[in-house]
Amino acid sequence: MQIQVNGDALDVSEGATLAELIEQLELTGKRIAIELNLEIIPRSEHATTRLDAGDQVEIVHAIGGG
Amino acid sequence: MMSEQQHNDPLVIAGQRFNSRLLVGTGKYKDMAETGAAIEASGAEIVTMAVRRTNLGQNPDEPNLLDVVSPDRYTLLPNTAGCYTAEEAVRTCRLARELLDGHDLVKLEVLGDQKTLYPNIIETVKAAETLVKDGFKVMVYTNDDPIVAKQLEEIGCVAVMPLGSLIGSGLGIQNPHNIRLIMEEARVPILVDAGIGTPSEAAMAMEMGCAGVLVNSAIAGAQNPVLMARAMQKAVVAGREAHLAVRMPRKAYASASSPLDGLITGR
Repeated sequence: MQIQVNGDALDVSEGATLAELIEQLELTGKRIAIELNLEIIPRSEHATTRLDAGDQVEIVHAIGGG
Repeated sequence: MMSEQQHNDPLVIAGQRFNSRLLVGTGKYKDMAETGAAIEASGAEIVTMAVRRTNLGQNPDEPNLLDVVSPDRYTLLPNTAGCYTAEEAVRTCRLARELLDGHDLVKLEVLGDQKTLYPNIIETVKAAETLVKDGFKVMVYTNDDPIVAKQLEEIGCVAVMPLGSLIGSGLGIQNPHNIRLIMEEARVPILVDAGIGTPSEAAMAMEMGCAGVLVNSAIAGAQNPVLMARAMQKAVVAGREAHLAVRMPRKAYASASSPLDGLITGR
């Protein structure tokens, strides 16, 4: 099924969890934060949160800024 | 090396005490190594950062800002730079809180346009109201309007940070009289954010009685950022101590420093 990650389309397996998405993107263990359809999903819920087709996911990290 | 004065004169923001009154940003540096070295040389304890989309599939071993500026050592202050609406700013703060394990001190800035990066006050006020209700401790970037500054304090912002001049301009404090008016009425710390270009301008803000200054471009944009970071640290300490010492009165005519009695000319 297809979802949107950071504005781009991405294919993930049917019923994948957020934790599986993070693994697919090779971001496991990185300091990131995730918003799913405008809601923050706490790190503790990544493994239990299932994705649906058309979901909008934002994955962010810290960078330099003033 | 901390002087006696600094120990007895902490900057208190939302009940938390800091020895350094210089806050620094982490933008515009050449690389992470230079960022880390300049932040260290500045002696700052509060360090701003931005939140951006993670690049997917590129450079997985890219150094992370949080490895260089560790949340264990520094108080990180996530900003909402680049946000043009209250909604974007609130989303960014919520992402930052998740990113930093529940840390709720944020720097709110909602911008008006790309040419001036001047704050959009209407959206800033809306975002501040939502964030305060949501439990955030909000340090807010604003213009140098004393009425707006007071309103932001009344909403519950823990610090108000008027601009000295435009972000990244290095034009110094263009309207010190307004900054003074803001400080006269304030019950929360007032920090000059944006516009500081040199240590003398940082010292001027501190001499005027500002609680602190936030500097990024003036350090990152110097030819030697580490040296400039050190200079800024000294300027902020000097300005603060001068403020506490209270300057001499200005006089219209000369007043000799050496005694007039006993001159060999006998006049």
